[in-house]
Amino acid sequence: MNASAIRQTWAFVYRDHQLTKRYWSWVVVFAFYALVNSASVTLIGVAAHDTRLTLTLTIGVLLWTFLSVLFNEIAMSIAYERWEGTLEYTFMAPASRFVHLFGVSLYAMLYSFFRVAVVLAGLFVFIDLSFRGANLFGILIVLLVSSLAFMGLGLIAATLPVFSPERGAEATNILQGVLLLVSGIYYPVSVLPKWIQPVSWLSPATYALSACRKLMGIETFVPGQPLHGAPLLAVMPDLLRLLIMGIVLIPVGLWIFGRVEHWAKKTGKLKRTG
Amino acid sequence: MPSLAIRVQNVKKVFRKRNGLLRRKIREEHALKGITLEVREGEAYGLLGPNGSGKSTLIRILSTLLLADGGDIEILGFRLPEHEREVRERVGRVSVDAAFYKKLSARENLLYTAFLYGFEKPDAERKALDILKRLGQDASRFDDPLEEMSRGMQQKVSIARALLVNPPLLLLDEPTTGLDPKSKQEVQRFIEDLRRREGTTILLTTHDMDEAERLCDRIGILTRGQLVAEGTSEELKSQAGADNLEAVFLKMVGESFEEAEKEVTVE
Ligand SMILES: Nc1ncnc2c1ncn2[C@@H]1O[C@H](COP(=O)(O)OP(=O)(O)OP(=O)(O)O)[C@@H](O)[C@H]1O
Ligand SMILES: [Mg+2]
Repeated sequence: MNASAIRQTWAFVYRDHQLTKRYWSWVVVFAFYALVNSASVTLIGVAAHDTRLTLTLTIGVLLWTFLSVLFNEIAMSIAYERWEGTLEYTFMAPASRFVHLFGVSLYAMLYSFFRVAVVLAGLFVFIDLSFRGANLFGILIVLLVSSLAFMGLGLIAATLPVFSPERGAEATNILQGVLLLVSGIYYPVSVLPKWIQPVSWLSPATYALSACRKLMGIETFVPGQPLHGAPLLAVMPDLLRLLIMGIVLIPVGLWIFGRVEHWAKKTGKLKRTG
Repeated sequence: MPSLAIRVQNVKKVFRKRNGLLRRKIREEHALKGITLEVREGEAYGLLGPNGSGKSTLIRILSTLLLADGGDIEILGFRLPEHEREVRERVGRVSVDAAFYKKLSARENLLYTAFLYGFEKPDAERKALDILKRLGQDASRFDDPLEEMSRGMQQKVSIARALLVNPPLLLLDEPTTGLDPKSKQEVQRFIEDLRRREGTTILLTTHDMDEAERLCDRIGILTRGQLVAEGTSEELKSQAGADNLEAVFLKMVGESFEEAEKEVTVE
């Protein structure tokens, strides 16, 4: 990346950061909602006096907070620009679409980490949690690697509002819902109806979750004992799957984005109205 | 011979619209029906035409936001759509609607643009303030959110955005529509000043005949996607046998009215 491409990437990080600051009350509201939602899910485990369940739910809410915010911010980035009416000006700038989407994804990632930090801090207030013995570094690596696949999915979803701003935003929410359902965030995939189960193999969240549970030490957990998080090596198969998904989905996402942009310029769909 | 800033040859654009109960009917809207025009470097060219005649469509094609269906386009020696990137680096555009992040300030909106074009912060801020000052906008409003600004102020910020990156070609789509007489004067004076100082090439659309006469070396009249007349305002007047540009406009637009609009319906 040359100096100009770095500044162009920064343009998107800068813009999104300023927008976050201006819409701070929404940021607070969403963070509050995410926190309350996460706490209520996790407290199910506390009520059942089941530390293992509590830990499973905790890792579920944290991972889902991260991945859903990341996916949503990227997927909605074009819709936001359509609502603001700035899409044409962003598209006629001499920044490559790769730099554009990279900048948007970079900020989305920072914002997702912020949301996770808020939720985590809140959980510590509500629940007596200890992560001692968990492989937290390994979990961070899984988050980063799974980000790639979610960025790819986000890019694909981001093109939907180009066809129709409203329908596109609706489809994004449906897609997010399907990911939540099939990935077994709070339960093992095996409890899902048989016919849905194969779909879970297609979701990167499934592998991210499976890896995080091992790294947390949930599978080997013995009540009353500290956690024994698995080493990173033990989750290599999951990491590899996530990496491959990312390597495939990002170019596919960029390619689809390019095709949709071409179609939009052919049919006049970049315009603010219509 | 001076080189060409814009060379447009036989450019066509059709929009397909679905309507009817089941949206099965497709109506074809011929927005541009083979436009040919040339603008020399340093020249100011005015496009006049009634609503819906295709002015903004042409400007969008030249700013790489729309793909033409046919014809040849060359901007500052770069062919479109092949050299999109080179064109994007050299073209500034001001549209009728001030398209900004309404919650962000002028400073933030302009810095975003400056970074997008690869410029640095101190240079960009200095330049933006300088342009706004020359447009008669005082610096105290620089940090106000765009949504709190009047239409005239927003339009001035929009002009500053287009000029921030020193484009050799400026596409102005109704830059003074909706401005009060004073702001209009300030914008027009600024455009004249810009041409004198930087030699910027300008393609301008307007519904204000006096503005076209004042700012433009040559004027083209676009009606229903066709260029029906072209020349200096004096040439146009003698051609039409009228003594002011408004009469020329009405005459040219009226004559082409007889040509019925082609509408193709596909089941
Ligand atoms: N993105 C688009 N999608 C569909 N139709 C479009 C699009 N843009 C323009 N048109 C149609 O093309 C024709 C020309 O529109 P255009 O906006 O270029 O006119 P204009 O000369 O700029 O008019 P005005 O003076 O009102 O700004 C109109 O009939 C319009 O409905
Ligand atoms: Mg127009």
